Amino acid sequence: MHADSVNKTSSLQERLGRNWIAIFIVLLVVLFSVSARAFFSVDTAQLIFFNGTEVFLLAIAELFVIITGGIDLSVGFVMGFSTVVSSKLIVMFAGMGLSPLASILAGSIVMMIIGLLPGLVNGWLVAYLRVPAFIATFSMLGVTHGISELMTQGIPTKNLPSLAGIIGNGSFLYIAPNGALSFFARPQVARGQTVIAILPNMVVFAFAFILLFAFILGKMKFGRHLYAIGGNIDAAIRSGINVKRDLIKAYVISSFFATLAGLSYVMKYITGKPDAGANMLLEAIAAVVIGGASMAGGSGTVGRTILGALVIAILETGLRIIGMQTFMTYILVGAILILAVIIDQVFPNRNR
Amino acid sequence: MAHLLEAKNITKRFGGLTAVDDVSFYVDEGEVVAFVGDNGAGKSTLIKIISGVHKPDIGEIFLDGEKIHIGSPIDAINYGIETIYQDLALAENMDVPSNIFLGRESTKKIFGVVPVVNHEHMMRESHKVLDRLDIDIPSLKSNIRNLSGGQRQAVAISRSIYWKARVLIMDEPTAALGIAEQKKVLELVSSLRTQGIAIIIISHQMYDVFSVADRIIVMRRGIKAGERLVKNTTSEEIVSLIVGAESVEKRSQ
Repeated sequence: MHADSVNKTSSLQERLGRNWIAIFIVLLVVLFSVSARAFFSVDTAQLIFFNGTEVFLLAIAELFVIITGGIDLSVGFVMGFSTVVSSKLIVMFAGMGLSPLASILAGSIVMMIIGLLPGLVNGWLVAYLRVPAFIATFSMLGVTHGISELMTQGIPTKNLPSLAGIIGNGSFLYIAPNGALSFFARPQVARGQTVIAILPNMVVFAFAFILLFAFILGKMKFGRHLYAIGGNIDAAIRSGINVKRDLIKAYVISSFFATLAGLSYVMKYITGKPDAGANMLLEAIAAVVIGGASMAGGSGTVGRTILGALVIAILETGLRIIGMQTFMTYILVGAILILAVIIDQVFPNRNR
Repeated sequence: MAHLLEAKNITKRFGGLTAVDDVSFYVDEGEVVAFVGDNGAGKSTLIKIISGVHKPDIGEIFLDGEKIHIGSPIDAINYGIETIYQDLALAENMDVPSNIFLGRESTKKIFGVVPVVNHEHMMRESHKVLDRLDIDIPSLKSNIRNLSGGQRQAVAISRSIYWKARVLIMDEPTAALGIAEQKKVLELVSSLRTQGIAIIIISHQMYDVFSVADRIIVMRRGIKAGERLVKNTTSEEIVSLIVGAESVEKRSQ
């Protein structure tokens, strides 16, 4: 008989190397809880996920491409493009006499379809014309940025239906002080009483898609093929995998998730602007790498990427709560990214 | 009875260079044929024609006596002709079953409709084929990256066998291995022979050739310079065929 459990006797050092990210999250939570009494609460936890929605979505966008050994530099500006186009569509539909809800739904759905285009072009350039991913997606960054600027002429989209903000900043479930439950709508209560809000809508929206694609990546043939392409593209081709088609799919999924991040932004901030995601490329790539994926391709999971993104989300919200400037986040994210790569080299194979 | 695989009058030119010049050969079930020759003698080109990478300019290929057209590597695989190149074509970031089933993953339906990769089945089948070939890999869940050169070779061979290879072409199977591992791979080749698989080996290692092959075909400058049964020849004779001494002597007769 074969013994599949031979490697289970991993040393403490190896275990630390594999799970440092979980330990790091615990440390961060402890640190912030000590600095600010109010930090350790369900509300803050929800706020972290709420503020981090776009980071989670962009990290997943980046993950699908990084697994294949590529990179997508366009995610931040595809997100900006999505905020501009979707917000303009919603305003247009509302202007045509559609109800606010119908305008929002129609605008979002049309945007989800338009949002596949940047990925289709990126994937086609990479798979068929053999343009390096770095160049193809860097160019797409410029194209989507330019189109967004042309459309807005420097003025962020205005006049979205107020329902967008209600959905974007609302929660799935509310518990009134008397124990009554209500869905989506905040109940009216007497002054001084607090309503407990559970599961922000945008977090539910984001994680519905994230869980679906975690399933596709982790359980379906297509997911296995992405890992194979990132591991050894020649082996993938010779084993009959349709590498070109799968690469295009990976880039399309990436721009789809960047589009979702844009939709989330529009709902939360009731506006669209070209640079909505301009600063988020660093965070998206950092989340994937902190989550243990190799930039060479062939590794990384949705679960670990979410952990990586969670580190960034905790930092962002935590620093804000203890009153630090948000620019600190960039510095710390950069530093943790470097740390992640160094830890990866000290403890190789931590994703086994 | 027809030979399992037979190639007749194969010629392949690259521009002005004739890489393979009117070469015929065959291999039968349970037989190991070794191709030897200096660099540029045409062994690799000939093998690539059989495995579908190159198309011959002239010549025909027969399987069980029936003429076949091998237009691509996938065609060759569909005919049961599997080639193991020196780089082995394994995804080093994935485990053993994932590699044996690479591109041909087995699936099961959940909720009656959604096909998901069936890891348990792939693991079971991998154990079966490895046991059948008497290959010992401590943990099939290790990534290929963590296996030795010989174990990798064994995984590549298992993959071919699992997918019903009838003809197995191996390009320098022992080139990158240590002594002990070379021995294991040669043992594996012998065990494949007893299972009725036809094996074509390209090798520079005279020791390998003499320890596993039944027949040796010597290539020199694109032509078949000689063909000997291992039991009727010596390594001195083969070496002289490779460098051309023997045939010069014959031509002068």
